[in-house]
Amino acid sequence: MELLVTLSVGVLVAGGVFLLLRARTFSTILGLALLSYAANLFLFASSYVRTGLAPISSLKDVPFPDPLPQALVLTAIVISFGMTGFVVVLSLRAYADLGSDHVDGGGDLPADAGTADAREGSG
Amino acid sequence: MTLLLIILIPLAGAILPPWFVRWGRTQSALAAGGAAGASFLLMLSLVPRVMAGDTPSLDVPWMPSIGLDLALRMDGLGLLFSILILGIGLLVIVYARWYLSREDPMGRFYAFLLFFMASMLGVVLSDNLFLLLIFWELTSLSSFLLIGYWKHLPEARQGARMALVITGGGGLAMLAGFILLGQIAGTTSISEILAQGDIVRSSALYAPMLILVLLGAFTKSAQFPFHFWLPHAMAAPTPVSAYLHSATMVKAGVFLLARLFPALAGTALWFFVVTGVGVATMVIAAYIALSRHDLKALLAYSTVSHLGIITACFGLGTPIAAVVGVFHIMNHAAFKASLFMNAGIVDHETGTRDLRLLSGLRHTLPVTGLLALVASAAMAGLPPLNGFLSKEMFFEETLHAEFAMGPGWLLPAIVTIGGLFSVAYSIRYVADAFLGPESEDLPKHPHEPPRPMRLPVEILVVLCVAIGLFPKQVAGKMLEVAAGATIGLTTAGGELPYYSLKLWHGLNAALLMSVLAIAGGALAWRMRGSVIALHEGALPLPRGKGIFDAVVAGGVAVSGSITRALENGSLQRYLLLLVLAAVAAVGMPILTSGLATGTDVRAPADAVSIAFFFFLVIGTLGTVALHHDRIRALILISVVGLVISLAFVHLSAPDLALTQISVEVVTIVLLLLALHLLPERSPREDSDFVIGRDAVVSVAAGGAMAAVSWILLTTDVSTISDFFLAQSKPGGGGYNVVNVILVDFRGYDTFGEIVVLGIAALGIYALIQGMGVPEKWRTGSPIDEVRYPLLLTTIVRLALPLALTVSLFLFMRGHNLPGGGFIAGLVTAVALVIQYVGSGVGWTQQRLGRDLHQIIGAGLLIAALTGIGAWIWGFPFLTGWFDYFDIPLMGEVELASAVLFDLGVYLTVVAVVLLMLANMGKIRNATAVDVPDDRD
Repeated sequence: MELLVTLSVGVLVAGGVFLLLRARTFSTILGLALLSYAANLFLFASSYVRTGLAPISSLKDVPFPDPLPQALVLTAIVISFGMTGFVVVLSLRAYADLGSDHVDGGGDLPADAGTADAREGSG
Repeated sequence: MTLLLIILIPLAGAILPPWFVRWGRTQSALAAGGAAGASFLLMLSLVPRVMAGDTPSLDVPWMPSIGLDLALRMDGLGLLFSILILGIGLLVIVYARWYLSREDPMGRFYAFLLFFMASMLGVVLSDNLFLLLIFWELTSLSSFLLIGYWKHLPEARQGARMALVITGGGGLAMLAGFILLGQIAGTTSISEILAQGDIVRSSALYAPMLILVLLGAFTKSAQFPFHFWLPHAMAAPTPVSAYLHSATMVKAGVFLLARLFPALAGTALWFFVVTGVGVATMVIAAYIALSRHDLKALLAYSTVSHLGIITACFGLGTPIAAVVGVFHIMNHAAFKASLFMNAGIVDHETGTRDLRLLSGLRHTLPVTGLLALVASAAMAGLPPLNGFLSKEMFFEETLHAEFAMGPGWLLPAIVTIGGLFSVAYSIRYVADAFLGPESEDLPKHPHEPPRPMRLPVEILVVLCVAIGLFPKQVAGKMLEVAAGATIGLTTAGGELPYYSLKLWHGLNAALLMSVLAIAGGALAWRMRGSVIALHEGALPLPRGKGIFDAVVAGGVAVSGSITRALENGSLQRYLLLLVLAAVAAVGMPILTSGLATGTDVRAPADAVSIAFFFFLVIGTLGTVALHHDRIRALILISVVGLVISLAFVHLSAPDLALTQISVEVVTIVLLLLALHLLPERSPREDSDFVIGRDAVVSVAAGGAMAAVSWILLTTDVSTISDFFLAQSKPGGGGYNVVNVILVDFRGYDTFGEIVVLGIAALGIYALIQGMGVPEKWRTGSPIDEVRYPLLLTTIVRLALPLALTVSLFLFMRGHNLPGGGFIAGLVTAVALVIQYVGSGVGWTQQRLGRDLHQIIGAGLLIAALTGIGAWIWGFPFLTGWFDYFDIPLMGEVELASAVLFDLGVYLTVVAVVLLMLANMGKIRNATAVDVPDDRD
């Protein structure tokens, strides 16, 4: 079980970092999302991972999971949602203002190319 | 405490002159003089105690862990320097009032001057190595400000920069030296270090420590080969040159030699380095001084030369030589400060300082000329003046050096040559400027300056004569305590060696050296033409400034190329460097310590978990592989999110699962909305190399994080959660420990978090409000014109009340069972978001109202007021409260303040999510909804 969690964290981080290093804002957002999953899983597992535990302390005779990482991760999920939302809008704003969705705002891609793609996609 | 005030009064007083200058220049000078004068009087009040052998001190621990204490101490040496700093400082303040022209910002000048005064007092009164260093650097900074005072002059800026680089660089070396010294002595208290000189000198680290400390002292006191910054510092106004660059700041280096004399002096290394550098500086600078045509440059090199004499005295290492060094510090301060002010008067009155233009000023400036004559004679070392006394004693001591520098006659011969040039440039100063025929073509016709401007010069010249004629009576006692402190009588005990302060010592070798120097000097002055020609033409000496400029230019070039290599303007590059640094930071410890595994019991992997893992890997790799095709990548990443949610269910974390699944829905809707506007495909623009490189980096990052995760998971658990588990019900009134932690134990964190959420939502709102909508987004069909599928619309509308009920249910039971404000808020938000999906922005917006901002505010306010409510009953912010009530029909009901707090969380979350999505939805509707568009 520990090995599975470890490998999951590794795969998520690797995928997240790779996408983070791409040049387009949308890939970066996906990368951030993957990294958030990884961070949440990592935080959650920082104590121990067990199946079949009782999370509510009124149920006697059953071992409890560690509640502290859970509380941390719960807030982390919500915060990472706030961050994702902000970054998404930032990328939209950058695209609108700069005419390119390249992270450096370079105009190496003609602004119309994206629109042409979008038209094909929606049409 | 008095000691601290002596430093603090000028420091705090520095703000007065710029303020008082609005009432006039004299008022500004009076404010500066008032601050310096108050400090001077305080210092005088300590004089009787110090003269009686007492050492007033103050020791306040500041940062004991690094050995930095606010430790001040005034012994004889500190007192001598305090008198120089405050006494000459007062004279300079008077002088500067008349020297500065109307165009010069006087308030700023005095502010810098007082700032310097406080720093320099700090240097000489510190009893802690690091405190001394702090003040030392402050003197470098204030000197920089003062040299660059006329900031419109390029040479002022260059001179200031050069002084700062050289003295600041020396300060860095000194810091390293002080750290070593502190380690050798086991303390950073200066008086304690002075008491254990033998330990310091026998340490294996003595040599490197000494060289580093000396680098600091030599750069500050402009010793060869670092002497070249001082003549360039003469771009400063003359009062600054008189004060900082002859009487006080440049003496900080020799002060340090004197201060640490008992601990460092007396070894062969000390002798050869310090005396060698001092004597070389003395001779070279005196020789150069003769060939300077600028009065101030001549005086600057003369200052360097005399600092060399003082350095050489301390280098000789004998107690009596140290006495001579201290005596010469006093004498030099008196005659050199007066000469600088004298040069300033000449400059002020004639408009030039060029010795080739000046001539015969005795006719127009008779008093100034007489003052110059006396002070120059003191500088040359002629009897019966103070300069003669200390110079004679110095000559005498070179005859009794403890170590041999070549044949016995060599050192006395060299210093006699240095003395010879001293005499020559002193004659040149007086003879070329004041004697001879009256000059015809001066820029201004000179008059004697206003009396207050000449007064400081007169006081100092009188002092030179008085010390010369009656050395014992005037300076004897001061020299005794200062020299006693220098050679460590106050810290180590012992008594002062015998010396005699008088003009006539009989016919001895030192007198012969003086006579030779005076006769030779007169001859050298007669032949000055050929000496200058020799210096300017034939001798290809390397110039300090040229080397300095080349080094600085090289440094700029190197750092420029590093900056350009690292900072190419690409965020991608920066991110790569950031990730690499993070990988290195995490990876290095793992590589060195290995994957330590503990004895923690491991759980076996069940089939469900393995299946989850399989889907997670497929989803992640698929997202990466298909990221150019954005819609598909989005679908695959939602698989990952779903797996994570299910994993939380499986791993006994129902709260997390509920949160994750609702966030997942909202996030995917958000990204879909974004994709509606962004290009649907990412171009394939990366080269194979870049992809390969990034793949390696990401695999390394993943590996590093996996390793950390593995270590964490296999290390024995030691958790603080037992407290929360035990206290959840009795302390927080709830069985759902996760929720109780959120709203009660760690309520403050949660409060901060919803504030952050609110800020993010408002940031999104602001970004979208100011956004110009490009033409291309208006083409195609606006969302509102899309026909919404009737089945979907109907079902989501039916689902709304159901979802709201579920959310209420989750909210109410949150304290005891999975649920709570966050989750309920997200469920409500999802229920409303699907209305947007099913019925469109316009329809939903119409029914929701527009005051989402107010709901965010209300949520935050409720949470904050709940927290503040605890104050009413005298508890800290956010202290929870709960009790049970027996209500008919419903039975026992628990009411907790945490529920109110949770309501604030709920409202904030709902409003934040809706604000984000509603604003996103509005962008595309720019044609339907009126959004200002000023870009296309």
